[in-house]
Amino acid sequence: MKTEFIALTAPDLMLASLLVLALIGLGARLRLGVSQTLAIAAMRTTVQLLLVGLILEAVFTRARLSWIVLIVLVMMTVAAWEILARQKRKLKGWWGFGVSAFSLFVSSFLITLLALLIVIDADPWYTPQYAIPLLGMLLGNTMNGIALGMDRLIQTAWQQRAVIEQRLMLGQKDSEAIREIARDSMRAGMIPIINAMAAAGVVSLPGMMTGQILAGSPPVEAVKYQILIMFLVTSGTGFAVITVLQLITRRMFDTRERLRFDRLLKQPR
Amino acid sequence: MLRLEDLQIPDVEPVSLTIAPGECIGLSGESGSGKTRLLRAIADMDEHGGQVYQENVAQDQVRAHDWRRRVAMLPAESQWWFDRVEQHFSARLEHIEALGFDVDVMNWQVSRCSSGEKQRLSVLRLLANSPRVLLLDEPTANLDTANAARVEDLVLAYLEERNAAAIWVGHDDDQLKRVSRQRYHLENGRLLRVDEA
Repeated sequence: MKTEFIALTAPDLMLASLLVLALIGLGARLRLGVSQTLAIAAMRTTVQLLLVGLILEAVFTRARLSWIVLIVLVMMTVAAWEILARQKRKLKGWWGFGVSAFSLFVSSFLITLLALLIVIDADPWYTPQYAIPLLGMLLGNTMNGIALGMDRLIQTAWQQRAVIEQRLMLGQKDSEAIREIARDSMRAGMIPIINAMAAAGVVSLPGMMTGQILAGSPPVEAVKYQILIMFLVTSGTGFAVITVLQLITRRMFDTRERLRFDRLLKQPR
Repeated sequence: MLRLEDLQIPDVEPVSLTIAPGECIGLSGESGSGKTRLLRAIADMDEHGGQVYQENVAQDQVRAHDWRRRVAMLPAESQWWFDRVEQHFSARLEHIEALGFDVDVMNWQVSRCSSGEKQRLSVLRLLANSPRVLLLDEPTANLDTANAARVEDLVLAYLEERNAAAIWVGHDDDQLKRVSRQRYHLENGRLLRVDEA
């Protein structure tokens, strides 16, 4: 199955880093103001990825369930926190974190579990070579969708609160008064992945598949995995955004169908 | 028809009030005195204490959106969310001519309406729901005298024809005298009956 692949050597990476260094130099010379951020980002990616590489290598050699659970928890916590950090209007305390974490759980986590147990069926099912990259890809994408959909919903509803209240005053149900905004938010959350599916293979070669091909897999095998991932990511993102929209609109209105940003946001007025 | 029992909103003493069918009550008061908040509480748009009854049905006995269909509030500034006027109406429109429009108004673009046109249209939109109680927050603030008179006539005709009740919030004492027999003034957190002088 596995064919030989060409391992990268230190000089290979040095050469690539020279390109970045040259870019940093040119940017500084032209006073474009990107050099410092670029340098820091390049350092971060090197250190973070090397660390992850070391950790994964350790975990892969001893596939202990407890380690994997720990890594999964860290990944999900960081993703939930990242969703909140990307919101223009800050959600109230633990509730905001809970919504992000819960929606990640029902989408990324459960779908990864399903894929591992039924589709991939490795032995043991939590084999980290499959479990961790799969969860990582799902988390990364659903996190994006959730962050975009949530931000759109809260931002638009806040800007249009007079319209929402006007619709309520005319006797519309809360779900009706927020309908157009909810639709818009669903679209905002789903568009990146829909675009990715539509462009896959024609405009862009998805990263995972490219990686597998570079690592020596037959292209058709790589493509099969890519399609699997695309479908998992799409359904994960869709379910996640729907969950978030439901939870947030429920919180936005009380049982008397009043608009209640005070329950949702920090210092709303 | 409409009965307020110890209705509580912040910074205002509990309000008790009864409005008979076909009757309109005038309400004045400086801005910030709580007129709008009082209307919002009656429409159940804000949390509040006390109880409101409409034809002996308590506010919390019916679902909020059903309550607001019966006890309908007209906000001072009307809001529009679709492109065309018609899309905002729940029922076939009556009284179009009464407010100086012709039938073609339904096809207008909202973005091309003036603030006065929007205000008059918002009155029509409210009446199209056939509410039993009207809570009107400065319904003629953006209108010239002729159009203000049209709105007054239309609302009074509606109240009489449907035996509905209304609270009319406004700043113009002459207008309040025209539309209502009972008038109240909200000042320093107290709702005072304005005596017939």
